[in-house]
Amino acid sequence: MTDSRPVLTMTGISKSFPGVRALHNVDFRLYPGEVHALMGENGAGKSTLIKVLTGVYGIDEGTITLGDEQVAFSGPMQASAAGVSTVYQEVNLCPNLSVAENIFIGREPRRLGAVRWGEVRRQARQLLTRLDLDIDVTAPVASYSLAVQQMVAIARAIDVQARVLILDEPTSSLDAGEVAQLFRVMRQLRDEGIAILFVTHFLDQVYGIADRITVLRNGTLVGEYPTAELPQLALVEKMIGKELDVLERIEEQPRRELAAVEGGTPFVAVSELGRKGAVAPFTLNIHAGEVVGLAGLLGSGRTEAARLFFGADRADRGEVAVNGTPTSLRSPIQAIEQGIGFCSENRRAEGIIPDLTVRENMILAMQAARGWLRPIPRRRQDELVEQYIKALSIRPANPDLPVRNLSGGNQQKVLLARWLITEPRLLILDEPTRGIDIGAKAEIQKLVVQLSDGGMAVLFISAELEEVLRLSHKVVVMRDREMVAQLDNDDTVDADRVMQTIASGSQREEANQ
Amino acid sequence: MTTSSLTTGPSWARLPRRHVPVLVTLALLLVMYSIGVSQYRAFSNVQVIFNIFIDYGFLLVVAVGMTFVILTGGIDLSVGSVVAMTAMVSAWLLQSGLPALLVLVIALLIGPALGFLMGCAIHFFDIQPFIVTLAGMFFARGMCTFISSSSIPITDGFWTTMAQHRIGDPRGNFVSIGVLITLAVVLVAAYVLAYTRLGRNVYAIGGNPQSALLMGLPVARTRIAVYTISGLCSAIGGILLSFYTLSGAPLIAVGMELDVIAAVVIGGTVLTGGSGYVFGTVLGVLVLGVIQALITFDGSLNSWWTKIVIGGLLFAFILFQRLIGIRYK
Ligand SMILES: Nc1ncnc2c1ncn2[C@@H]1O[C@H](COP(=O)(O)OP(=O)(O)OP(=O)(O)O)[C@@H](O)[C@H]1O
Ligand SMILES: [Mg+2]
Repeated sequence: MTDSRPVLTMTGISKSFPGVRALHNVDFRLYPGEVHALMGENGAGKSTLIKVLTGVYGIDEGTITLGDEQVAFSGPMQASAAGVSTVYQEVNLCPNLSVAENIFIGREPRRLGAVRWGEVRRQARQLLTRLDLDIDVTAPVASYSLAVQQMVAIARAIDVQARVLILDEPTSSLDAGEVAQLFRVMRQLRDEGIAILFVTHFLDQVYGIADRITVLRNGTLVGEYPTAELPQLALVEKMIGKELDVLERIEEQPRRELAAVEGGTPFVAVSELGRKGAVAPFTLNIHAGEVVGLAGLLGSGRTEAARLFFGADRADRGEVAVNGTPTSLRSPIQAIEQGIGFCSENRRAEGIIPDLTVRENMILAMQAARGWLRPIPRRRQDELVEQYIKALSIRPANPDLPVRNLSGGNQQKVLLARWLITEPRLLILDEPTRGIDIGAKAEIQKLVVQLSDGGMAVLFISAELEEVLRLSHKVVVMRDREMVAQLDNDDTVDADRVMQTIASGSQREEANQ
Repeated sequence: MTTSSLTTGPSWARLPRRHVPVLVTLALLLVMYSIGVSQYRAFSNVQVIFNIFIDYGFLLVVAVGMTFVILTGGIDLSVGSVVAMTAMVSAWLLQSGLPALLVLVIALLIGPALGFLMGCAIHFFDIQPFIVTLAGMFFARGMCTFISSSSIPITDGFWTTMAQHRIGDPRGNFVSIGVLITLAVVLVAAYVLAYTRLGRNVYAIGGNPQSALLMGLPVARTRIAVYTISGLCSAIGGILLSFYTLSGAPLIAVGMELDVIAAVVIGGTVLTGGSGYVFGTVLGVLVLGVIQALITFDGSLNSWWTKIVIGGLLFAFILFQRLIGIRYK
């Protein structure tokens, strides 16, 4: 806080959508040279506050002052021209354009009106180097993983000569190294006097970088606090409005015994399964009731391995046996028939259908498994939908809302519910808790434990090592698209050991067969 | 971190897939041309190609405009009628004695004006381009018959010069002035799409309009611009057609919009937007021209065969685009 006058002041902001009051009389200030965390549960109104600021939505009431002027932006174009640079929650890039172009479109270096492509590529490379990312900038952005896309979106935002930088959950699909690099850049920008608004559900990240915290709950302002004066527990209480006990219960849970679930025929056994250019051949057994955690850095091949299990990509070598019977998983339909479910990390591209209602989205996979000729009775639908809305605390708890109207975290929960409803025998969860607030995260973890106790096998992918370690019987470490170790998750295994394995990856540890 | 360790998803996404359709069209064109050359001796004459440009120049110009629209994921059904209306208005104004230059200016303003209005309707009222341009199509066709229910001949000196002047080499091969205008339009359009912000915004909107908006790109302006450009191209196409036929007829170019769309799609531009090139569109028009030439050379085939072949090709191309997965949405 180098300056005593805020660069941005939002006063008395209210915003309603039909049937939902997303923001009610919210005040917010942002000082130059600070990192300010905006915190709150899923649906608290964080993204809405940001979109109201940049003119994506109009405001119902309230005023916004930027510098000395009162502003009301007509849209992102005006906002960024005024020095407010934003990375929105969902990665917003043009999939058909190259990485370089996605970073610079709209403000490409030009000579006499002509875009200087060489210069665009050179500067794009330079910017990405600042984020420690060395990729081919001429490839279409769609050919890269979500994490890379997220970095590209960030690169686009930090290049602008901005006074205010807004990052709405920029770290949701990044791993620790990427986050550290992003934080270095953020600190650098902060020291240059840029005001940074940062949204995340990771508490340690907040305490790692934020100078101040503003908490929203149910669309209202709870308060603004210097980070140093708000201990973690107090922050959580302010966010959820009550003490959080589920979280602690999960923390205290004993390590899960691998021996208890192993033995007998594995539900799925793959041997030397692989796909050229995606994952090197690997061997893995998953038993009923077993949770297998997949750990590794971004791009290490976790998602690619999972996609082979689901038949979303076709393996070009190796064998699969389900319940001891050799089969092939050539398409998702075959996998679903075998009782395998896959909850994709890429919610927007591969999962949620925004125009369908919460109910329809949830019922989709189950209906597909039954075949479209046997509709699920409405009563049964209602029961299931209600059960999962409650179990995952989806808000607003209205099954007939189109999913597009839900906050990012709540959309993720709907997607998760879709697969839970089908009660698969093996559920592949690819980053299921991304963008989900800590209360709901604890609920989801509890649910995974419950389901596996009930006999469901789970393949659990997460960038959060703690989460993987807490839930898994067995931890599989991936590195450079290769499975480098399978660790029995006993007391000798901790985050450091897994990190070491990821880093060294050379000594191949014996699989626990 | 290397490139290969960071990419995910199907491996095709890493190939320069966006070039494949254009290359396929090029290959198709070469095959058809070779068939022509091997079957008919006169086919190898350069004039055959020149004639395609002379006969199809106006279509190519209109197709270039359509390429802009389709790249944003839109469609413009009004082009055929606007072509006819432009020719009609020119003929009518010339007949009433206005000087050629003034007529040119007026005729070239009507198309883009209509395009601009349609673009505004599409963007601000959020109406489907299909509906808006369908209305535009009926309106422009109606204007044609409103001006005159029968054909109006053009006798103006400037027009007849443009129609008859030949630019040729000593061996007797020649092109019309219209062909030069066509080439100029193609070059300008290719430059705009590849090197200007407007052009790049066109691709961005076709890729994902929602993202384009949140990335701070001028979506409204660009949307309106592409329909205006398409209107301008249709107007130029209409002028070229009136050079070619030396008349304005109310029922000329009926159904032309479909040929234009076919040419653009066969040229490798994806109907859902975001991928395609002007060069592809040139190839697409040449494919139509060569098919027509083959059928003319054969002499025994009904010219409806052109339509049948184009229909088959169109279907094959859409299927093909689907298969190689140039759909990003
Ligand atoms: N376009 C919309 N139409 C209707 N309701 C909406 C719309 N966008 C958001 N909402 C509602 O407004 C509320 C606030 O949503 P918002 O996206 O701001 O939450 P958030 O704090 O960003 O949550 P998350 O952590 O899940 O991203 C939610 O109840 C949501 O359902
Ligand atoms: Mg949000």
